[in-house]
Amino acid sequence: MYWAQRVLVRRRRWLRPEEFADLLGLCQFLPGPNIVNLATVLGESYDGPAGAAAALAGLLVLPMCIVTAIAALYARFGSLALVHGIFSGVAASAAGLALALAGHVARPVVTRRPAGSLPIIIAAFVAAGLLRWPVALTLFVLAPASIVLAWRRIV
Amino acid sequence: MTAAGTLAALARIFAGVSLLGFGGINTVLPEIHREAVEAARWISDRQFADLYALSQAEPGPNSFIATLIGFQAAGVAGAVVSTAAICLPPAALAYLVARVWGRIRGSAWRTAIQTGLTPVMVGLILASAYILIRAADHSAAAFAVTAATVWLAYATNINPLWAFAAAGLLGAAGVF
Repeated sequence: MYWAQRVLVRRRRWLRPEEFADLLGLCQFLPGPNIVNLATVLGESYDGPAGAAAALAGLLVLPMCIVTAIAALYARFGSLALVHGIFSGVAASAAGLALALAGHVARPVVTRRPAGSLPIIIAAFVAAGLLRWPVALTLFVLAPASIVLAWRRIV
Repeated sequence: MTAAGTLAALARIFAGVSLLGFGGINTVLPEIHREAVEAARWISDRQFADLYALSQAEPGPNSFIATLIGFQAAGVAGAVVSTAAICLPPAALAYLVARVWGRIRGSAWRTAIQTGLTPVMVGLILASAYILIRAADHSAAAFAVTAATVWLAYATNINPLWAFAAAGLLGAAGVF
């Protein structure tokens, strides 16, 4: 996303900063990878379905080929002792990155409305992490309650 | 499972989670783990942690963990099917919503939905971190690397890829 902002706004100047922020708001409201949503919406605004398809292809095809090649290397060499050792380290580090991400996302939410958010955060963690509920079930049970809480605060 | 059956299962699983992934792939990792590791057994717990690490370091969107798991399950065809399944349903939805975005942009219910979904997403991201830590950390040294990365990525502006590189070097030296 950092690179998308850099190219679209600062280098090519296709979008003004506030247009980019608005587009990002839409993409964060929708499910799925933000960058995929961004490419689709922007492509559509230039040339309809063809524009959206072109933007998606441009975004996905080359990285998919690279990642598939990486996956093949992993399948071939992943069990070698040296590679196994490297992955033991990087996987432990990446798990830490996931926890740091949770912290970054949690901080503004908890600071702004602790009573409305903390019980929901803990419930979602227990349901999906400890009880291993499916994510769809967790969302189905907790999202309506959380949205009602948020709605009562807004109106 | 037949080859076509595996491809169909990959398409079903990743297309299914793709529309639940509000706030990024980390919110649906618990579901991907349930399906790919616990139910279908395409990969081990340990490989799940490895592939997550790869998906964080590679050039595409983080959702390409689907590509990596798809390849492990069914080769190149699995990689292509899984990438399409995780990306195209949300793209189709984004395409449709973009056309009405002007009308719902400032509405109160949109704000309520977004505000209400966020804490659920935070809890799901925490659950992902818990699952990854359980899969990756089997020694005190690995826990120390996890803790150091949490600190680096949360409290400093240093690019976490440096932590990956340092942890990889320690691993190559046989620390874990």
